[in-house]
Amino acid sequence: MSGGSYYVPDQSRFPIFMAVSLFLLVMGASSTINNLDDPTNNSVYILYTGFGCLFLTMFFWFRQVIKEHLAGLDSNQLKQSYVYGMAWFIFSEVMFFAAFFGALFYVRTFAVPWLAGEGAKGGAIEAIELWQGFESTWPVMSTPDQGNEFVLADKSMAWPGWNHALEWLPLWNTIVLLSSSVTVHIAHLGLKNGNRRKFNIFLGITVALALIFVGLQAAEYYEAYAHYGLTLNSGIYGSTFFMLTGFHGFHVMMGGFMLSVMLARSVFAGHFEDHDHFGFEAASWYWHFVDVVWVMLFLFVYIL
Amino acid sequence: MSSVIENHHDDHHHGPAKGITRWLYTTNHKDIGTLYLWFSFAMFLIGGAMAMVIRAELFSPGMQIVEPEFYNQMITLHGLIMIFGGVMPAFVGLANWLVPMMIGAPDMALPRMNNLSFWILPFAFFILLSSLFMEGGAPNFGWTFYAPLSTTYAPPSVTFFIFSVHIMGASSIMGSINVVVTIMNMRAPGVGLMKMPLFVWSWLITAYLLIAVMPVLAGAVTMMLMDIHFGTSFFNAAGGGDPVLFQHIFWFFGHPEVYIMILPAFGIVSHIIETFSRKPLFGYASMVWAMLSIAILSFVVWAHHMFTVGMPLAAEIFFMWATMLIAVPTGVKVFNWVATMFRGSITFETPMLFACAFVVLFTIGGLSGLMLAIVPADFQYHDTYFVVAHFHYVLVPGAIFSIMAAVYYWIPKWSGNMYDERLGKLHFWLSFIGVNVTFFPQHFIGLAGMPRRYPDYALQFADWNMVSSVGAFLFGFSQLLFLFIVIKTVMGGKKATDQVWEGAKGLEWTVASPAPYHTFSTPPKVD
Repeated sequence: MSGGSYYVPDQSRFPIFMAVSLFLLVMGASSTINNLDDPTNNSVYILYTGFGCLFLTMFFWFRQVIKEHLAGLDSNQLKQSYVYGMAWFIFSEVMFFAAFFGALFYVRTFAVPWLAGEGAKGGAIEAIELWQGFESTWPVMSTPDQGNEFVLADKSMAWPGWNHALEWLPLWNTIVLLSSSVTVHIAHLGLKNGNRRKFNIFLGITVALALIFVGLQAAEYYEAYAHYGLTLNSGIYGSTFFMLTGFHGFHVMMGGFMLSVMLARSVFAGHFEDHDHFGFEAASWYWHFVDVVWVMLFLFVYIL
Repeated sequence: MSSVIENHHDDHHHGPAKGITRWLYTTNHKDIGTLYLWFSFAMFLIGGAMAMVIRAELFSPGMQIVEPEFYNQMITLHGLIMIFGGVMPAFVGLANWLVPMMIGAPDMALPRMNNLSFWILPFAFFILLSSLFMEGGAPNFGWTFYAPLSTTYAPPSVTFFIFSVHIMGASSIMGSINVVVTIMNMRAPGVGLMKMPLFVWSWLITAYLLIAVMPVLAGAVTMMLMDIHFGTSFFNAAGGGDPVLFQHIFWFFGHPEVYIMILPAFGIVSHIIETFSRKPLFGYASMVWAMLSIAILSFVVWAHHMFTVGMPLAAEIFFMWATMLIAVPTGVKVFNWVATMFRGSITFETPMLFACAFVVLFTIGGLSGLMLAIVPADFQYHDTYFVVAHFHYVLVPGAIFSIMAAVYYWIPKWSGNMYDERLGKLHFWLSFIGVNVTFFPQHFIGLAGMPRRYPDYALQFADWNMVSSVGAFLFGFSQLLFLFIVIKTVMGGKKATDQVWEGAKGLEWTVASPAPYHTFSTPPKVD
């Protein structure tokens, strides 16, 4: 690009509004969580206000960016900034999941075997019978304290064997999510070839698959809580299971929301050109990322 | 299309907006840099006041002025505020001011997000500090917030602490994405990667570390939140978890964090030594590779913070050797700085004094780190004042001296005025003496076995603690002189030339002093 064309926006109110929204959001969240036992506490309204302000600020902020783009204020160089920015944002998300996967690997490799006396086997230390009767298995269905503090689960979400594979929700979830990655790619190809109908249809299918995934996930959680006794409070298996799948599910909702915004922009506002659609591309990258995380989850949380 | 661009291009030559909205709504990297620097100065003084409380309590054995509970809150907040509120925002402020000018960019790549990154911080620290007035008091578990102290036994304010860490992390991640994107995408034609000023290189690597580890910290505090309020058992052995898991996750964040606080200092010191030695920097490429090696190694050394917690022998040996390996690239840097000074025409203006003190005192801190890296020795040193002495040597005369050096070095460019050299030198000598009197004796009392984080101690540690406290008051109150010097320089003084320093090289010295509100709207030509 020729010099001097990088678009530096003038003053903007969005950042400070967003910082205030975040402040309200986290004050409300902390205060609500600290007073969960107190039904008269109404700090949850601060939380809602913060969330509402955050949503509105983001809506108007993105609208402003899209307007500036349509007015031709930005350049290829600015687009490149968005490309790098999104890529690094996804990298930070990868690291967030890495923390939880790291916790999973650590408890499976070290914590659980050692709680069952692995450390005493070398003979150097006498077996310390702190948790008598606890055996190292994965999934951990019976906690080291034998359920004195924790709810014991009857059943886990692990691989049920080939005979029951088809009744196993996670397999269907995997099929749904992997297909959605394909459909979002087909939509992208449609857009690149200037076929807006194809783009809209396949993006619509992707959003529908996202909804189906979230629905199946909700069904799975219901089953876990209602029939398996598997809850957040059933020891380390429940902790890692719900936190990993829960954060993934939250990211699916975010990604699905982004894709539906892109669908709405295309259908109602006619946005995106065959050579110019980074908003959609960013959302689709995010979607592929969510998909890869699921493959990891399927492998390490459900199967192995 | 081009006419629109041209119109907008002209807008950029406007000066800053009037009134408070200039600071609230700004998208200008220089304004945001100034905000970051002042914020960090405020936090430095607040965190410093807490350090004064700590040293006053430790002035003599026995309980002196505060309750032990309050003492614990002071050490916790002192650490958190100095790290997340003092050192990190100061470096981000310097990056904001300097990176675009050094690479010939018109501004940061994503200016509005840049302002968001800053404005989250005052709110985050308001939440953190307000926890002092909450029921049960502020967080009292040390800045490392080990479980179960920070989960089972934590005061209710821990929830507020968790969420404030969350938004600080969001701020850091957005700030770092901005820095990386600016450096990757906004360099003027001709500024190749291996031609970038070292401060820019140091920040590229730092930003990468931040984006990699801040989410891990977010994960750690999220697990705490779930353990405390929602019944999970990540850090609870009764449910199959492990408190040691917390330490692993925390230090996987924490060790790169240590380098986040020192790599930009390496960049700053390289510039200053080069300028005042009036010689090109010795071994530019090896400086870059050294920083990259340090950054990569920082991901595989975390467990050296937890040698005594119980780990397989193989792990202890691995983490010991990996840690000692870091001394190699660090040594490369120290020798390069010395070689740059060798046979240079050196003058000792205030920035150079701070930079030289950095090289010597940071090396002392680095060598005591090497002692701590040795597993059998660490069993003795762990959680003693020796550790406190070690990390204060790398953080105070390391990170903070480099920040002060940077302020003296670049403030003529920022404000257009020269600082008062006599007062600057006075500030340096007071700080230099204060720092060493404070922290050097802590090596002795640590080796003699005084544990950290206690408000009281055995009688044999009394003398050196008193010396240390005297040094701390000297260092602490000298910083008011620094505040005075900065304000005096901003208000007026001898006008600075564009180049400011005789030996200064780099794009930021080619623009006017004070730097115009918008620089390099058109990329400069660099050969």
